[in-house]
Amino acid sequence: MAEFVRVDSSTNSHTMDKSIILPPDEIFRNLENAKRFAIDIGGSLTKLAYYSTVQHKVAKVRSFDHTSKEATNDNLYEISVQEEVTARLHFIKFENAYIETCLDFIKDHLVNTDTKVIKATGGGAHKFKELIERKLGLKVDKEDEMTCLIKGCNFVLRNIPHEAFVFAKHTESEYRFQTTQPDIFPYLLVNIGSGVSIVKVESEDTFERIGGSSIGGGTFWGLGALLTKTKGFDELLQLASKGQHTSVDMLVKDIYGGSYGSLGLTGDLIASSFGKSATADKEFSKEDMAKSLLHMISNDIGQLACLYAKMHNLSRVYFGGFFIRGHPVTMHTITYSINFFTKGEVQALFLRHEGYLGAIGAFLKGAEEDNPNQYSWGENYAGSSGLMSVSPDMNPMQRARSGTFDMLEMDRLERKLVNLPLLQDASSYIPDTVDLIEDAPAREYWLFCFEEALDGVVKRAVASQPDMPEAAERAEKFRQKYRHKLQTLRHQPFAYGSLTVRSLLDTREHCLNEFNFPDPYSKIKQQENDMALKYYQKAVKALDGLSWEQRQFALVRGVLAGNVFDWGAKAVSDVLESDPEFGFEQAKRQLEERPWLVDSYDQWFERLKGPPHKCALFFVDNSGVDIILGVMPFVRELLSRGTEVVLASNSGPALNDVTNGELQILTESIAAMDPVIQSSLEEDRLILVQSGSSSPCLDLSRLDKVLATVVRERNIDLVIIEGMGRAIHTNYYAMLSCESLKTAVIKNSWLADRLGGKLFSVVFKYEVPIADHLSAALTP
Amino acid sequence: MLSGFDLHHVLLFEVKSNIMLSFCSPAFPWFGMDIGGTLVKLVYFEPVDITAEEEQEEVENLKSIRRYLTSNVAYGKHTHTHTCCYTHILASLDSFVYLKKGKGGKTGVRDVHLELRNLTMCGRTGNLHFIRFPTQAMPRFIQMGRDKNFSSLHTTLCATGGGAYKFENEFRSMADLELLKLDELDCLIRGLLYVDRVSFNGHPEGYYFENPSDTQSCVKKTCTLDNPFPMLLVNIGSGVSILAVYSENDYKRVTGTSLGGGTFLGLCCLLTGCETFEEALEMASKGDSTNVDKLVKDIYGGDYERFGLQGSAVASSFGHMMSKEKRDSISKEDLAKATLVTITNNIGSIARMCAVNEKIERVVFVGNFLRINTVSTKLLAYAMDFWSKGQLRALFLEHEGYFGAVGALLELHKTTEDP
Repeated sequence: MAEFVRVDSSTNSHTMDKSIILPPDEIFRNLENAKRFAIDIGGSLTKLAYYSTVQHKVAKVRSFDHTSKEATNDNLYEISVQEEVTARLHFIKFENAYIETCLDFIKDHLVNTDTKVIKATGGGAHKFKELIERKLGLKVDKEDEMTCLIKGCNFVLRNIPHEAFVFAKHTESEYRFQTTQPDIFPYLLVNIGSGVSIVKVESEDTFERIGGSSIGGGTFWGLGALLTKTKGFDELLQLASKGQHTSVDMLVKDIYGGSYGSLGLTGDLIASSFGKSATADKEFSKEDMAKSLLHMISNDIGQLACLYAKMHNLSRVYFGGFFIRGHPVTMHTITYSINFFTKGEVQALFLRHEGYLGAIGAFLKGAEEDNPNQYSWGENYAGSSGLMSVSPDMNPMQRARSGTFDMLEMDRLERKLVNLPLLQDASSYIPDTVDLIEDAPAREYWLFCFEEALDGVVKRAVASQPDMPEAAERAEKFRQKYRHKLQTLRHQPFAYGSLTVRSLLDTREHCLNEFNFPDPYSKIKQQENDMALKYYQKAVKALDGLSWEQRQFALVRGVLAGNVFDWGAKAVSDVLESDPEFGFEQAKRQLEERPWLVDSYDQWFERLKGPPHKCALFFVDNSGVDIILGVMPFVRELLSRGTEVVLASNSGPALNDVTNGELQILTESIAAMDPVIQSSLEEDRLILVQSGSSSPCLDLSRLDKVLATVVRERNIDLVIIEGMGRAIHTNYYAMLSCESLKTAVIKNSWLADRLGGKLFSVVFKYEVPIADHLSAALTP
Repeated sequence: MLSGFDLHHVLLFEVKSNIMLSFCSPAFPWFGMDIGGTLVKLVYFEPVDITAEEEQEEVENLKSIRRYLTSNVAYGKHTHTHTCCYTHILASLDSFVYLKKGKGGKTGVRDVHLELRNLTMCGRTGNLHFIRFPTQAMPRFIQMGRDKNFSSLHTTLCATGGGAYKFENEFRSMADLELLKLDELDCLIRGLLYVDRVSFNGHPEGYYFENPSDTQSCVKKTCTLDNPFPMLLVNIGSGVSILAVYSENDYKRVTGTSLGGGTFLGLCCLLTGCETFEEALEMASKGDSTNVDKLVKDIYGGDYERFGLQGSAVASSFGHMMSKEKRDSISKEDLAKATLVTITNNIGSIARMCAVNEKIERVVFVGNFLRINTVSTKLLAYAMDFWSKGQLRALFLEHEGYFGAVGALLELHKTTEDP
């Protein structure tokens, strides 16, 4: 059964608390233009969903019309901040006690809406139907609970990377997040509400309840309350976590005196749950009984789930329902049971947003005409609470908050995101190089590093909007928000899925956007681009004067030296800020001499002597010197060799990374100076595409669909990934099915130290897929 | 490597060569014991065809026992009739199990109604007696063995169940008795097939329910396990073991669950304060589990059609007990019934899935949980029939919990039975 009951006296006993004051900045945001409401009312928690449009500022670049008279400005392009409207999904979870307050609040703030119905699901929907209709004036339209649950589950699995995790107690990192699978189907969803429903999901709309059990969360609660005279579910779990089941259960060793060797049953195995309470004339402690009950129910559910998984030949099994809902105790016992019964063949998987599935599904049912499943969505780290620890010992502050309001916000992405078709194995691809949940020293360093850099970012943000007097105030809010996120992550590294340098960077971008700092580096990028363009022809000329052999090396050094210019790296941003004259030549001198830290230049050079590549895909990094003096001459050489080039740049701004919009303009002006670039553009041998990302890092499993199409059409046979964010923090170990070049300068002394190098060490990693080696070897 | 079978063979041979015995069968007395987590099941073969020589030999034996006993003042008061010692053993067992214990309860029971009369085993004729007592009484049983000087009887004590391992040392040190330890699942299958073969005093050992899904026309029908393989054997003792049996010697343990008879009794004791299985069942028979369990219709007002669930199906066992008001007003009988139904349905559900996974259509339920427990047997019969849409049939056996002990006894005969 799903979580459709618990509408009993325990909820009736809640007094409707009207005294709570809701902070509108933080919850129920953007109500002004909210629409498509959905509500999921469970036994104790209500989940509300709505769709809103968010107006926020985006930085746009536009070429000056140099032919017109007004073109008195020296700048190549102008930057304008425009208002853009994007779609956002809001999900808010709160205790049923606040439902009336919340409905009042919504009614007061809801303007401009043409919404007439509210989709409702969950066992409590019926009970609160009248209240909702009266308060909001919306018609309650009830949706099947299981259908909503499955729809919600499909949605989070598809749109939220690291949604699913394995729970491993007693390890350094209890939460082991799973990589997003290209195909999420088929899977088994075991929903443990008051009873258990086991549903096999085969596609978006095909699912079947293949079984279930009446022994579920209601049994734990009901039987537990009878045995221990404890009222609440949470209290029972608390009792259980303190108990010893061995005093109540009859173990194999109680019967055998040891193990039952011939069957491989160890002595500690439970032979008979509560078996000792049938014979021993003694009192049992509440804790021990609760623990025994918890084991009994978890083991039973685990066993059933395994039998069904086996029967239907499924290996992905997700667990949800109020029995699980983030409780480490039950996640542990269920995991244990699954491991036992499948001998490790099946892993119990849990979901970060498990509590929201019903609300998400109900919302999707109501929003079908907006086709939400046609788009890709991304979790907004700024607006989402993240996974809270239920353990009160871990962080009392967080617990208090999770007890009231918890939020999930998802942004509709401009583009549909898909896998890079060139990944060797999309299902095992992990973008991030270091998992900061597992790597505690790295986590400490990076959290410290981001906190240290915060002042600089705030300063930069304020400076980027000199005409806006309230910018300082907003920047301060940004500081508080991001600092709070960092603090949360210090206590609960698992809060937003895998913690990585990428997620820390992305969270910062989300927070900046949240406070309308869409592109703090726009002006700097503009200046640097203008400056670097002036040197382009000179740089190209110098290169052309070199011998072929010298030139190949100089081009590589140029890319590397260009990459030294990076406001994203603390060591460099200090230098850049204090010494604006830090020039390209000086950067070259800073570079490590060969042999580099990772050095496959010789292999690359040998390869260049061979036939040209058909088409190269180049993921570019920074604006200014990097793209103009480093990357472009390198691209020019490829083009001259007869290789087509696809330049992939960010769709939206992130640090000083060059955006697609900027790159369009830059390329045009370079073309005006350089016939090679000019003709290549005309002949469609050089094309610019956007990556779909607004991150300084790169997730090759979430790329613009158009890019993927181009990759297929052009038969890309070389992928170049440049920069620390894209080639070191992410993708360092990515295996591609074609030749690849990963190149970066390490601009962080801690990281350099860790990799066994020093500041400005060079990574130049040229790889050929193993299959290619083999076929090459086999060819006579 | 010596297989289990060979080992038994060798041990038995040693035992045999050490003792005087009639030509082809092992020396009396013949015991088989199954020492489980909660109950000890004991079968005793009482021969009724005693020869003159045996009587003479028996007298010799008796003399030695008497010498021992009379030399020991503490036991001098025991009366020993000059009747055959084999009957004497039965009397000893009876006096042990019927010993008053606590509040008028007895230590155990001899299930007289299960006695197999005029049974021919190993060329001998006799009555097979079925006795059970709590495992907790095991130390007293061993003490009795010492008191009665069983070790002088030159017999092998064949024992199975976990207790054969757990109590081995106590048998040795306290009563000077060596146990022949046997695997409980081997014994279970062998015993079951044997009892089915010899039949229950001329009647079939097995039974099933006709029309299990209809309470009005549901009737018990006897049957034998002709052509018994493959079968899914579900042994419900304190815990539950589920075996897929393909032949007498070819089987595997598919799975098990800790939610078994011990769980039913344990929870009932905690919830109702009862003390015995009989008491718990008595209460359960008077209770109504729907006051405790939340049904599909309690949630949906009827059937949950989207998933084809009947309104009368249990959605959440003990689900109503989440409410304090309902907890405060619930009767012990209802709680006992709900516990019984919960445990039984769960076993049925797991058994059914194992049957499907193993592709076996015949499911045989045994074990002492089913003793005097028609609520469970009918529920299991119904569950198998209903959920499999008539594909699976549940079978039951009259000697529910004793097959392990019978199997252990058969082990004693194994060498003589085999050519």
